[in-house]
Amino acid sequence: MTDLILDDVSYRYPSGAQALDGVSLQINAGERVALIGQNGSGKTTLARHLNGLLRPTSGRVLHDGMDVADRTVAQLARLVGLAFQDPDRQIFRGTVRGEVEFGPRNLGLRGGALRTAVDAALAEVGLEAEAATNPYDLGASRRKLLALASVQAMGTPVLVLDEPTTGQDLRGVEIVKRVIARATGAGRTVIAISHDMSFVAETFDRVVALRDGNVILDGTPASAFAEESWDALRSTYLEPPLPAVIGSRLGLGATPTDDALLAALAAGS
Amino acid sequence: MLTLESFTYRYAGARRPSLQEVSLELRDGEVLGLAGASEAGKTTLCLVASGLAPRTVGGSLAGRVLLDGEDTTPLAMHELAGRVGIAFASPATQLSGVAATVYEEVAFGAMNLGVPRDEVIARTEEALTALRIESLAERDPAQLSGGQQQLVAIAGLLALRPAHVVLDEPTAQLDPAGTAMVAAALAGLAATGASILVAEQKTDLLAAICGRVVVLDAGRVVLDGLAPDVLANPRLADLGVAPPAAVRLRRAADGMGLSATALARLDGSLAP
Repeated sequence: MTDLILDDVSYRYPSGAQALDGVSLQINAGERVALIGQNGSGKTTLARHLNGLLRPTSGRVLHDGMDVADRTVAQLARLVGLAFQDPDRQIFRGTVRGEVEFGPRNLGLRGGALRTAVDAALAEVGLEAEAATNPYDLGASRRKLLALASVQAMGTPVLVLDEPTTGQDLRGVEIVKRVIARATGAGRTVIAISHDMSFVAETFDRVVALRDGNVILDGTPASAFAEESWDALRSTYLEPPLPAVIGSRLGLGATPTDDALLAALAAGS
Repeated sequence: MLTLESFTYRYAGARRPSLQEVSLELRDGEVLGLAGASEAGKTTLCLVASGLAPRTVGGSLAGRVLLDGEDTTPLAMHELAGRVGIAFASPATQLSGVAATVYEEVAFGAMNLGVPRDEVIARTEEALTALRIESLAERDPAQLSGGQQQLVAIAGLLALRPAHVVLDEPTAQLDPAGTAMVAAALAGLAATGASILVAEQKTDLLAAICGRVVVLDAGRVVLDGLAPDVLANPRLADLGVAPPAAVRLRRAADGMGLSATALARLDGSLAP
């Protein structure tokens, strides 16, 4: 089990852009955390600190109390799997199976255990029939699911997903939700960046909003999307999901999801 | 006006055509939405409508694409570039990679078309303002976030002022405010008479800016009509398209057997 702690983390890109400005967060093992915030607010930069692709300019990132400054990216790959926003920056093998195999093989899996992990990850994203296909013969949305399967197969205690539902149709979004549910069901931590507020409200226990490299909201979907938070959300160019707006309009309190709103409506009449 | 006349398109080496017997007419000033499950043919349709397929992409096309009634078959890509603008879902595909600043990147397309310098400056500044990215003007495009790059790519398209615009998931990486800005910019462009084709998974965006919506399934047009009708069509979910939030909520309410009073309260709050 891995607890993640960001302790006053700041990061300035070599170009001078200050992407993170004193972020402190504790994420407990098994939590489902959504990172939201306007374009350029620091979400992806934060995600890349979790697996050591970026190192803080100041502050510390701790995994189970261990400062990641002392660990290599290869060592951190055992702890944190990161699926990129753009799958084409991740995919490099000639077949779908080869792509999914790469990560767990590097972690030492061989033989039957490797095959089982790969088969399960492919089945989970609906790509079991495409094992021999070249990834670039898949459409963009299935390449994104392939990238998701590749990090899922590594079984790392922490899974970081950068905009997993982008470009996914209805079925694809359901697959992403299922992958997240299975991962947290197995005790893994899932941290996802998303601009899709319905998906965030329906899928995560905790919502962290960033603005200009700072945390401005941190709470359950009910509190992060409650009317008191709307000014903060709008200050980072976000809007609450529709059921939250309607629940507030009807005086039903915090109703971040369709289910919560309809239950409140049913109870109130 | 952009007309696709009963066309069938097959990628080189593909067993089946990706699009079959598709006919569409896009009038001046119209924003036409294109929806459909992944791999239903939306991106391919964007490539054909913009002329990139088969010219650059290869493959074989039967049927014709007409611009204002003129058959585009004999036209080369550079002749089409000034008349049809395209924006891709991934800004990495779109950005020139040679501009050192966002300002130069946005001006790049218009400069290449030989637009006079003063005019390029005016258009560039207008496009940056429309998408609220003036503050990024001096930044290196390669150093921006994915969403910021997407806004830069769309600003470059706006600066071209094309009469016909094709956009493939232009807001895929944008925050809700960025999505709203792109929607407003597209509506503004349509108001100047441009015809706009926009493929999107975000049906809330289509509901906001499109008069008409077409849904593709396995390379064929299966729904085509007024946006409110198509987006409320019960078949939408079966076709792999997530309905707009309000439609989804109303349908869930129906499925729950809420009392008439509760439904009336919900309907009252959903009314625009």
